[in-house]
Amino acid sequence: MHLYHVTLQPPTHINQVVLGKFSGTKVQEMVLARSSRLELIRPDPDSGKLLTVLTHDVFGTIRSLAAIRLTGSSKDYIIVGSDSGRLVILEYNPGANRFDRVIMETFGKTGIRRTVPGQYLAADPRGRVLMVAAPEKHKFVYMLTRDANSVLAISSPIEAHKAHTLVFDCVALDMGFENPVFACLEVDYGEAEDRPDEPVDKVLTYYELDLGLNHVVRKWSDTVDRDANLLVPLPGRALVDAVPEGPSGVLVCSKNYITYRHQDVPAHRVPIPQRTPTKEDRGVLIVAAAVYKSKGTFFVMLQSEVGDLYKLTVDYEGDQVTDLCIQYFDTVPTAVGLCILDNGCLFVASEFGNHMLYQFEQLGDNDDVPQYHSSKSDESDPLAPTVLEPRELTNLAPIDEMESLAPLLDTTILNLANEDTPQVYALCGRGAQSSFKVLRHGLEINEIAVSALPGHPQAIWSTKLTATDPYDSYIVVSFTDATLVLAIGETVEEVTDSGLLTNKPTLVVQQIGPNALVQVHPQGYRLIQADKRVSEWRPPAHQVVTHAVANERQLVLGLSSGEVVYFELDATGQLAEFDRTTEFGEDITALSLALAPPGQQRTPFLAVGLADSTVRIISLEPHNCLDALAMQALSDVPSSLCLVEMADRETDPHLTTLYLYTGLRNGVLIRTSVDHVSGQLAETRTRFLGSQPVQLCRVVTNGVPAVLALSSRPWLSYVYQSRTRLAPLAYEALVYAGAFRSEPCAEGLVAIADDTLRILNVERLGTPLNQAAVPLQCTPRRTIHHPVHNQFVVYETDHLPDGTPGSATNPAWTSCLRIINPLSGETSWMHQFDPDEAAFGMGLVIFSSEATEPASPLILVGAARGFSQTTQKSLAAFIYAFRFNADGTTLELLHKTEVDEIPRVIIPFQGRALVGMGPLLRIYDLGKRKMLRKCQSRAIPNSIVTLQAVGSRIIIGDLQESIHFALYRPQENRIAVFADDTLPRWITATHLLDYNTVAGGDRFGNLFVLRLPTEISQKIDNDATGNLLYHEKGYLQGAANKLTPLAHFYVGDTITSLQRATLVVGGREVLVYTTLLGAIGALIPLTSKADVDFFQTLETHLRSEAPPLCGRDHITYRSTYVPVKAVIDGDLCEQFALLATSAKDGIAEDLDRTPGEIAKKIEDMRTMYAF
Amino acid sequence: MNNAAAQDAQIAQARFVGTGDAETTKYQWLSNQHRDTYASLIGHPNLLSYMAVAENESLARCRLNLLEKMVQPCGPPPPAEDA
Repeated sequence: MHLYHVTLQPPTHINQVVLGKFSGTKVQEMVLARSSRLELIRPDPDSGKLLTVLTHDVFGTIRSLAAIRLTGSSKDYIIVGSDSGRLVILEYNPGANRFDRVIMETFGKTGIRRTVPGQYLAADPRGRVLMVAAPEKHKFVYMLTRDANSVLAISSPIEAHKAHTLVFDCVALDMGFENPVFACLEVDYGEAEDRPDEPVDKVLTYYELDLGLNHVVRKWSDTVDRDANLLVPLPGRALVDAVPEGPSGVLVCSKNYITYRHQDVPAHRVPIPQRTPTKEDRGVLIVAAAVYKSKGTFFVMLQSEVGDLYKLTVDYEGDQVTDLCIQYFDTVPTAVGLCILDNGCLFVASEFGNHMLYQFEQLGDNDDVPQYHSSKSDESDPLAPTVLEPRELTNLAPIDEMESLAPLLDTTILNLANEDTPQVYALCGRGAQSSFKVLRHGLEINEIAVSALPGHPQAIWSTKLTATDPYDSYIVVSFTDATLVLAIGETVEEVTDSGLLTNKPTLVVQQIGPNALVQVHPQGYRLIQADKRVSEWRPPAHQVVTHAVANERQLVLGLSSGEVVYFELDATGQLAEFDRTTEFGEDITALSLALAPPGQQRTPFLAVGLADSTVRIISLEPHNCLDALAMQALSDVPSSLCLVEMADRETDPHLTTLYLYTGLRNGVLIRTSVDHVSGQLAETRTRFLGSQPVQLCRVVTNGVPAVLALSSRPWLSYVYQSRTRLAPLAYEALVYAGAFRSEPCAEGLVAIADDTLRILNVERLGTPLNQAAVPLQCTPRRTIHHPVHNQFVVYETDHLPDGTPGSATNPAWTSCLRIINPLSGETSWMHQFDPDEAAFGMGLVIFSSEATEPASPLILVGAARGFSQTTQKSLAAFIYAFRFNADGTTLELLHKTEVDEIPRVIIPFQGRALVGMGPLLRIYDLGKRKMLRKCQSRAIPNSIVTLQAVGSRIIIGDLQESIHFALYRPQENRIAVFADDTLPRWITATHLLDYNTVAGGDRFGNLFVLRLPTEISQKIDNDATGNLLYHEKGYLQGAANKLTPLAHFYVGDTITSLQRATLVVGGREVLVYTTLLGAIGALIPLTSKADVDFFQTLETHLRSEAPPLCGRDHITYRSTYVPVKAVIDGDLCEQFALLATSAKDGIAEDLDRTPGEIAKKIEDMRTMYAF
Repeated sequence: MNNAAAQDAQIAQARFVGTGDAETTKYQWLSNQHRDTYASLIGHPNLLSYMAVAENESLARCRLNLLEKMVQPCGPPPPAEDA
């Protein structure tokens, strides 16, 4: 068995964010780390929304990011601390839109280890040095210089190690051009071991790099609060005699206090305003901070863990701080990183839930919230009564939201809405940000305007009036017997003086030449000059124009006789008819011309679709004008054609490929590449779009051409980061559409749907899934679909960190159960469990002991009261039994049974309930007053987390000890484990692939497939006595038989659900996984040996030709815990598209194929099985 | 044991924190194991998030708690046994 791994949706959470000018222009950008992906985003200068410029999978875990700018330069470099044991410095290359690795320096072992640096990064604000530190002991300082060719170079590492020292945070101070200093928050645990009776101090230590001696010294060290967790460096002075921009030094954030510390100056301390006083030992923790400098002043934005923002200002005279002033600012989602941009925006990279971009409305100067000053705070009463009222946003206004699924806790993939493809029903978010999300494959559409049109419009165009116009002026709508012309301004209004004929339908409208407009109608064309002079052309008698196509310099008309007439713009601005026509003897069904290449007279090819189910490429060059160059036979009559130059070779943006898109009457879209010189057709890709004939329209996305294909559903074929993608739009079916350029919407679409005019905008081209969310009350844990009534049952459980387990007044848990309709999103029923009770498991079971018709399913919920997370013990555990009412919209509580352990997993099993509770596996039947225990097994070592049943076989996933196969024998009423795994795996999700094969995912991010050998399976099943089951001698301290691993793969993120699903129409089933951090991926089974060989060879080549950017070896990354086995990484294969042409050719030669064929094969894997 | 092997062991002990020797006590060994585990939990974004969701705490507090636990993961050292 071989599997092919593709990521359907990359992780959506952000674990690091850094602000800088990475393009080297004035535009501020942000680099995000999403576990193994680097992403560059920038706010769109027009709309202010966030644009994803580039994402790149580095095949390694990114742990820290920093930006550094060399003195005198205007461009920031990106420093990456990852699990590669290497220091990597990247440069963003805006021309080619990629990250280039400038420096890679090995300093330690690979992997995320205690003493290997990479966890902390600090870069000197003047760009001279950087420090990379580990959680314990190791710290390296590197000096940055430029070599003779002004290329970035770094020195050998200078060690600043200190044994037995834990680092809590590490920042670089702003020391101007004096010796660079790094501040670290440290604890020496060696002292704690030597002198166990004394309290351990946390110290703030300054490490100074003596630039003259190339040596790091511990310059200063002083005790700070024991619970300090974060350092915020303050600005300093650039030069000794310059006006200081700040006092330098650091803010030490600890629970409840902010303290200013610096060498040789007095400390200043200010309390953090907090909501209702928290438990004594909890305090308020600062989780994120951002310093904003402007024109010699600065302020600090701090965020507490509940999301409250504080503005902190520092008064200083010379280098001496006189006062710290803190005030409550606003409340936003809790962040992992804050960025204050120069354009007055605040980017909040949320730890869970959607990431937000806010605009500063004001800086809190006129706020009436109390301010707290360090100069006035009283040391004798350290916890000042700093009560804070959280309020609606006052100082900030949201502008944009980046959707995030993290934490993604459970999913179900089903087609409940009866669409072409199934929907993903996902439980996302935590606490108050929890939601039930419906994800669909499709690009999100922003509807800008909808306006009604009279009659039944057939086609629509939007056109400018002169070649130099930046925006469109007219929208032209064609009806069966008339044409409507609308002018675009503040409002859209009908115009009558456009010169266009309005009493005839229009076949095409095109701006042509420098400032003319051409309109084609069935009785000829009409060329309207800027001064409204009109010239017309009529077809020969008894013929009408049936099809027309035009670009800026050329016009082609298809006549009812099957002839094609060709016109070209001459020097006088008139259209000159080519003196020969060509006849095909078949009806013309479609025509297409590419756009005229800039600076050239014409595009050399015309595509003609004919009723004999062929498409032909016709030359338009003068020497062989209207000669056929190539022909392609099709499966049906072409209904629409589109020739378009796609910029899908981003290694060189000027290299484009000419593609012929053919839409067929049977709903199939064909894409063929056209040779630029000979016009020959090659590399055909076919895709079924829907039941309607395909209509194609040329549009623009991200500044490059794209094609909109309209069938029973609209699709967009576009180029995104060197990959051509075809994705449906999350919108209703469109009749006709075209590109629309206006000031507020530079890349819009104008379309007809439902006899109305729509102006639309495609958003977030990089996000293949669009989402609809239903808010929930607290963190959803698991969901079950009720197949008869189409309802989802969800239970939500939250731990309250302030609470005490077992206390009724201050409970530690809150939990509820609800029924959600997946289509309407409405909650039809909800049950709040008693305070301090928490639901931990749920199952939908139909009991055979109940002789009701039709069978009525029960929801069983496993719950615990007074559960303590530290001891993992509860005061009591229960199974709740709920019964559905007749229409499945509500549940009724039948009874509550007290049990010994917390039931974490419940499944139906032979008309009874199989319950995994801690290490116990039990079978329960339904009684009148309580659940009745029927059978028990104690064969599982730790705690049962997943159960699957097939026949009498039970597949058990243990918390730590991987998968166990067990058999239930009704004769003896006994459950016995007969096979287990040889590796300890911390199972989080399992899915049964067949009777003997199970796929699973674990907490550390591994995906694996295990199989019970067939002979053992048969032996156990055929054993009538049960002797093999009960009396076989155990092997390797476990069951007698062992499972064989078939496949193993490291995903890099905790697996939260696994299931089989068919993701595309007519495709085969794939194994879909979801991860905690919001990624969705699929494992596609490869069916032929040839494919396996091909992809394995390709993968090997790519590992050497395109080694991962951050220095982690691809094969060792995918083998982080267990060597990768029988899984090919499609994500790596897809990086083939990013290679330089020479590298592609080299690989292609080795594989005995052309680069185009390889690209097609990689693309096919996605389009055939996934998206 | 030959000299070279002893030297190698010494180098390993100097370079890699947690390398044991004949004198390593159960307490030291266990403390090292715990510190390694906590460092891994802090370094992997998914494991820290997993913990944060379970405890309903912020990532920063989870990280701080784990770092604090690294100081004395198994509590104070046992009293030295008299020889």
